[in-house]
Amino acid sequence: MTVALRVAVLKGGRSLEREVSMRSGANVEAALRRLGHEVIPVDADPKLVRTLRSVRPDVVFVAMHGKGGEDGTVQELLEILDIPYTGSGVYACARSMDKVIAKAIFTNVGVPTPPAFAFGEDAFRELGAADALSEIEERLGLPLVVKPAKQGSALGITVAREPSDVPRALMTALSFDDHVLLERFVVGREIAVSILGTEHPEVLPAVEAVFSGDFYDFEARYTPGATELIAPAHLGLELADEVARTALACYEAVGCRGFGRVDMIIDANDRIWVLEINPIPGMTDTSLLPKAAQAAGLSFDEVVERVLGEAALGG
Amino acid sequence: MRDLMSLSERPEIISLAGGFPDTDSFPQEVFDEVWRAVADHHKASSLQYGPTEGLLELREAICRMMAEDGAQAQPDGVLVTAGGQQAIALAIRTFIDPGDIVIAEGPTYPGAVPTLTTYQARVLHIPLDPHGMSIDLLEEQLDRLAAQGQRPKLIYTIPNFHNPGGVTMSRMRRERLVALAAERDILIVEDNPYGPVRFEGEPLPTLWELDGGAGGVIYLSTFSKILAPGMRIGWVAAPAPILRKMNLGKQAIDLCSSTMSQRFIIEYLNRCDWREHVARLNTIYRRRRDAMLAALEEYFPREATWTRPDGGLFVWATLPDYIHTGELLARAIERHQVAFVPGEAAFLDGQGQNSMRLNYSGAREEVITEGVGRIGAAIDQMIDLQRALGGGR
Repeated sequence: MTVALRVAVLKGGRSLEREVSMRSGANVEAALRRLGHEVIPVDADPKLVRTLRSVRPDVVFVAMHGKGGEDGTVQELLEILDIPYTGSGVYACARSMDKVIAKAIFTNVGVPTPPAFAFGEDAFRELGAADALSEIEERLGLPLVVKPAKQGSALGITVAREPSDVPRALMTALSFDDHVLLERFVVGREIAVSILGTEHPEVLPAVEAVFSGDFYDFEARYTPGATELIAPAHLGLELADEVARTALACYEAVGCRGFGRVDMIIDANDRIWVLEINPIPGMTDTSLLPKAAQAAGLSFDEVVERVLGEAALGG
Repeated sequence: MRDLMSLSERPEIISLAGGFPDTDSFPQEVFDEVWRAVADHHKASSLQYGPTEGLLELREAICRMMAEDGAQAQPDGVLVTAGGQQAIALAIRTFIDPGDIVIAEGPTYPGAVPTLTTYQARVLHIPLDPHGMSIDLLEEQLDRLAAQGQRPKLIYTIPNFHNPGGVTMSRMRRERLVALAAERDILIVEDNPYGPVRFEGEPLPTLWELDGGAGGVIYLSTFSKILAPGMRIGWVAAPAPILRKMNLGKQAIDLCSSTMSQRFIIEYLNRCDWREHVARLNTIYRRRRDAMLAALEEYFPREATWTRPDGGLFVWATLPDYIHTGELLARAIERHQVAFVPGEAAFLDGQGQNSMRLNYSGAREEVITEGVGRIGAAIDQMIDLQRALGGGR
């Protein structure tokens, strides 16, 4: 360890992923203490700015997930307060958190992502978007994945197999965000690729999540034992290489910093389809990034120290 | 779902989710005086371990309290527990092996759901109506089971001011339930945390009283609602052989309930008339219930229905069946800063998806009105959306 820092660990908040964030935060705090840093846990609440002003940390470790913490909001506040923070900057967070924007960026750099259409709740309530559902189903085919545009941990995601499932799935997704995505359902292996670093990002071994059920949902993600994580995923050299290159292309295109995780599906023909990028990957006991790091021979503490070392302003 | 529920504790969220009694109204001078008495006269013993069954003075006081309501029990037939929740857990732990059948109302107490799940009970829900558990449907269920050579181990019921159902079992049904359970040789677990929290109507006999010492009922209650949940003191009254088993179970879990809390309650009961405090609470809760019922009338859609409790802490509301209250909760927390308990939490079989539990004891009238208004706004959005997506009202 180099210098002991006064680190505020920002966690919790009011996002629907609050509990996940509390678990990530607790793990990060424990690691920082083991590394000899002074740790100040901060549950993000309406007094956040005042708290940070009085605590005056050297650096903030952002361990928040979902709205407020992962979408550029707290990052903007930290910019204003002039406190260096871990992870991506304001714009990279905003670009990642909104799956619609992220998908457009992937497409622009030639990374395949399942075709999709996106709408706001207003489009259904005020513009009769429901009348276009049959065209959407025709163009994308069934089943469709209906997901909130800005929500993590697979909250609010449903697979609609029949046209009659779609309105119900939209009701679900729109409960979690006012924008939704209707996306072609790609059947395949669920692969997560974690990346560490900024100037010379290191792509960690891919992790495959094996679970029962349609997709990698909230329960599968956070119930110990519900999912088997295989790290490194058995991909073969060539495919593993392509997976790593694709993930890195997404990371750089979005402009991530410090760390991140790219989630993708590999279909039966070994085609890669990127679903999303997470600017603040989960750090819980069942999370994918710590598993990937382990496969690369990195301890959890080493990951935390490296992410902390990349803390910065701007970007 | 449980992860979402944790958001309801955030300060900026109006929570109608918890089952919080009003503890502000506990008189400061009484609190000071009782603690002083504990400190002056029982310092060492209140810091010490106590008997597993609970302090004798407390068990005697509990028997006097029960007797005032017509329920006879002897101190050696009472086990003091760490709140009513431990009493439920001990009852289930004592009788249930994985796969054993438990009859419970539908909905049932959300706090019993994880306990029943942990002990792998096979729970069969019997619907509630405004007069409590339907005994006709219970009888049909028991007949069906008997035809398959099966018999439930326990019938778990909350006859007074059901949580979350908000209804009270009628006298006739109580009599039928006790007779039916005796005839079929099934133990009843009567959970009665809210009995004295009655604002309207006449008290009804407990199942324990109706059983008349025949050994067919295990009675559970608590000081959480009539005094304070922070004490974590409840109790079980049961036939001696059952109590011995539960006592062993409790020894294994925590040796004894907090002696300090027990001593506080003893000193409190010696000095004060607990019924006066409960009467004060009931006046407060009645106003809050009225505020909630008025707000529901004003802000909930025509298609919604809800219970009108004569006591207790909760209203159970049911919405059109296309509104999933788990999803409504996500919307309510995210966009309206308000929380409630989704109905699914009160079932073990996935029912209750369009229902919710609303608590009125823990918030002031204006907060209740505002909270119900916000939930109403979230419901309206979902109704509009459902229409826009091609569904009808």
